[in-house]
Amino acid sequence: MSVQSCVEVNSEWGIVAARQEGRSLAKDIGFGNVDQARITTAISELARNIYLYANQGKVCMEVVELFDKHKLKRGIKVVAADQGPGITDVRQVMEDGFTTSGGLGAGLPGVKRLMDEFSIDSKENEGTTITVVKWLR
Amino acid sequence: MQPFIVEFIHSRKDELVERWLEELTAVRDKNLENMSDAVYQHTNREFIQTILHTLDADVEQTGERLSEFTSRLIKLGWPLGYFTQGLQTFRRMVFEALAAEEDDAKKVYRLSCDVEEWIDSIINQFVNDYNGSWESTINLQKMALRELSAPLIPVFENISVMPLIGTIDTERARLIMENLLEGVIEHRSQVVLIDITGVPVVDTMVANHIIQASEAVRLVGTECILVGIRPEIAQTIVNLGIELGKFPTKSSLQKGIETALEMTNKKMVDI
Repeated sequence: MSVQSCVEVNSEWGIVAARQEGRSLAKDIGFGNVDQARITTAISELARNIYLYANQGKVCMEVVELFDKHKLKRGIKVVAADQGPGITDVRQVMEDGFTTSGGLGAGLPGVKRLMDEFSIDSKENEGTTITVVKWLR
Repeated sequence: MQPFIVEFIHSRKDELVERWLEELTAVRDKNLENMSDAVYQHTNREFIQTILHTLDADVEQTGERLSEFTSRLIKLGWPLGYFTQGLQTFRRMVFEALAAEEDDAKKVYRLSCDVEEWIDSIINQFVNDYNGSWESTINLQKMALRELSAPLIPVFENISVMPLIGTIDTERARLIMENLLEGVIEHRSQVVLIDITGVPVVDTMVANHIIQASEAVRLVGTECILVGIRPEIAQTIVNLGIELGKFPTKSSLQKGIETALEMTNKKMVDI
């Protein structure tokens, strides 16, 4: 089962659409209230970064499954991709409090803490792809 | 338009109308299924009469009649697709009839162009009328949302509440800030409670806006209390690493009001 749903983010309403999609998918998978809020917030954060820095991009989410210690784990994978300016120094943006837009600078490090897996792939002037996963416990 | 076509269509009016009605009923839209057949047929007849009327009346008059017809059906909720489909079907029928009548391809083509232009102008007017009605609906809703978006309610002397419900975007954050500051001064509030029970997601941007608003409120000499933080939101805020230690927070509006009363040296007592 790997039904992928994508939401285009090119306005503030795209952010709202993305997180509503994420919340309903997380609910379907069976995440509890708190994890739903975590996933929704992480998606909101990623979608906002797209809108803020790259103007447009898309957020895709899907159900993932993995055999781990003879047990089937289920989870949600969120991929936020854009063709924006890219990140010059990935290590810097993962520090708490670093911001170029006057925000709190808690976005990306926060998302990493909210989710279980986090990977970032960015090339300057080419774009950024951030992939995060949250496993159902 | 060439008088030939006008005459041509008039002479075959009955036949065209019958075939058109038949064909349109066959592709009857799902949205229109729950409508009674009588109403549906009646509207179709009226529709075709309105189209045929544009053949011989002058432009201004037909425009009015068309507008009157569309505005009535917009109110009844008929979809735009029904009209465009209806007009396209009608156009195709006229073409077919023309082609059957005339052998000269060039002539058929010239006549077709005329019919095309005539039908297109009607389609354009339909689309414009529908578009206008959608735009005005959206504008009204925007205004309604704006009015609902950030109210500041004075509940006791020197105590005000701002309940926030729904998504907070940049535009709304600006309104929150403005209304908060203006309201606090106007009502001479000492304490203002910001209630985020109805905010579905508190991400860093929302938190940032709230922090900035409360900081601005502090500058004009008013205390700000954040209330209505749901348990899952509290955990998310901690995970994100957002610092909300600068101003007091309470779980519910009730607790917030109790604290606010204490701060203004008041107390609620049972009588």
